[in-house]
Amino acid sequence: MARTVTTRRKIAYTAAAWAVGLIIFFPVLWTILTSLKTEASAVASPPEFLGADWTLQNYADVWARSDYPRFFWNSVVISVGSTLLGLAIAIPAAWSMAFAPGKRTKDLLMWMLSTKMMPAVGVLIPMYLLFQRTGLFDTRTGLILALMLMNLPIIVWMLYTYFKEIPGEILEAARMDGASLKNEILYVLTPMAIPGIASTMLLNIILAWNEAFWTITLTTVNAAPLSAFIASFSAPQGLFYAKLSAASTMAIAPILIVGWFSQKQLVRGLTFGAVK
Amino acid sequence: MSTQSTRAAARLMVAPSVILLFIWMIVPLAMTIYFSFRFYRLLSPDRTGWVGFNNYLWFLNSPDFWTAIINTLLLVGGVLIITVVLGVLIAILIDQPIWGQGPLRILVISPFFVMPPVAASIWENLFMHPQNGLLAAVSLGFGWEPILYLEAYPLASIIFITSWEWLPFATLILLTALQSMSSEQLEAAEMDGASAFSRFRYLVLPHLSRAITVVILIQTIFLLGIFGEIFTTTQGGPGNASTTLPYMIYKQALIAKDIGRAAAGGIIAVILANIVAVFLMRAIGKHLDA
Repeated sequence: MARTVTTRRKIAYTAAAWAVGLIIFFPVLWTILTSLKTEASAVASPPEFLGADWTLQNYADVWARSDYPRFFWNSVVISVGSTLLGLAIAIPAAWSMAFAPGKRTKDLLMWMLSTKMMPAVGVLIPMYLLFQRTGLFDTRTGLILALMLMNLPIIVWMLYTYFKEIPGEILEAARMDGASLKNEILYVLTPMAIPGIASTMLLNIILAWNEAFWTITLTTVNAAPLSAFIASFSAPQGLFYAKLSAASTMAIAPILIVGWFSQKQLVRGLTFGAVK
Repeated sequence: MSTQSTRAAARLMVAPSVILLFIWMIVPLAMTIYFSFRFYRLLSPDRTGWVGFNNYLWFLNSPDFWTAIINTLLLVGGVLIITVVLGVLIAILIDQPIWGQGPLRILVISPFFVMPPVAASIWENLFMHPQNGLLAAVSLGFGWEPILYLEAYPLASIIFITSWEWLPFATLILLTALQSMSSEQLEAAEMDGASAFSRFRYLVLPHLSRAITVVILIQTIFLLGIFGEIFTTTQGGPGNASTTLPYMIYKQALIAKDIGRAAAGGIIAVILANIVAVFLMRAIGKHLDA
């Protein structure tokens, strides 16, 4: 008897939870469905679900007629480039903060985080002018630098929380066994640090990919990534719904897939280890 | 334990990050302060000079300013309340014994990975559009007039869109925190006859307090700078109905091309953000084990 009640409860909970989940996911699903319809079918009233005219033509059109590949490539270069550069600068910092903390380490980390609080618009004008005068405006190099600096505090924090979990005793043991500093780093620390570095990298690629302030304000044509592409796709007046949906799907699909793989690390990464 | 030389090495390793961040913070800030006291309009390049606090006075006396402050507070506060309250409820629901929890987590987290302009554009066109949007079709299905969401309720619509983007984040973090809770404690409380509400109030909520504080910190950092959602949908309008402080500064800088006034606005935004930051950091510093 108790068992049937439990099963019944489980069915009820499952139905409720999946209903909520589907509602939250529905806008993404609807976008994907719309991208597979003909333009006429996409704006049909009442909306068409199963009886729609399905087609892949929108993807071919968006790919061929817009500069989509260029925007896409800019997004890849900027998000991956800024993340790798950020890692190169942050790894030594996080490393020494985790393994040789000083009295000020915590203050320093807090200060770094507080720089994230400064609203980007507050420094928009100087950034705009500096970028114009140094020739960095509308270049991928410029955006790589800007996004790297923007995410640097988060990269340092995330790496720091991962590195701190590497037990210090293992280093002492390696030293006792006569490992040189080079071997210590190469064979003892690196293998233990790689998972943390990999999750930091994934999460920061996601953050950089989805960044939509500097990428819109500091670019016009050449370096504009997907955020600027979609923002410029405004007011389609119902004529290009299916193509807009196809472009949107293409803009979010790569990062959605990366995101699904990294959702476990997302929690501990973005809460700086406070929630695991 | 650490020697003099490892100390020096440690400083050397930290230095690049600190110096870069310091420059990234201080150079634009110093320039903004300088511009904020200057007459500097891109459309009248011949006129320059010091104007004292005039730019600040213009900003503070502009009727748009207080609207923008209120809109910013409503946007940040509204999204925080919606995402935390719904996040707690949904996390508790998903934490129940259910089938397919793994795939469900993936469904729920998905909106977080949608870039803000895409999220805004999907909602604006596919859902909130008064002729072709799905919500208009739903309204018509019930025999109602379609609602002009972004025209009639611009700020509420943007709060709604932003909440949709951040609800997954709050839910996922709260769910992770819930899963680290010991079920024995809850079962013991149930055996002793504690009601569902008091179990929630005295066991679940205290356990979640740390996760909730962290959710509020991280979301505030990102929400204070909300830009892409407004830029894509309402452009701050109609009028100033959905203009936040960041968007007002953006309009001064890149549309009115008045660098001086925009800079004054930027400094005001930085001061306000610092007040929030000090407040938040104090509340949250003890929750992060550094």
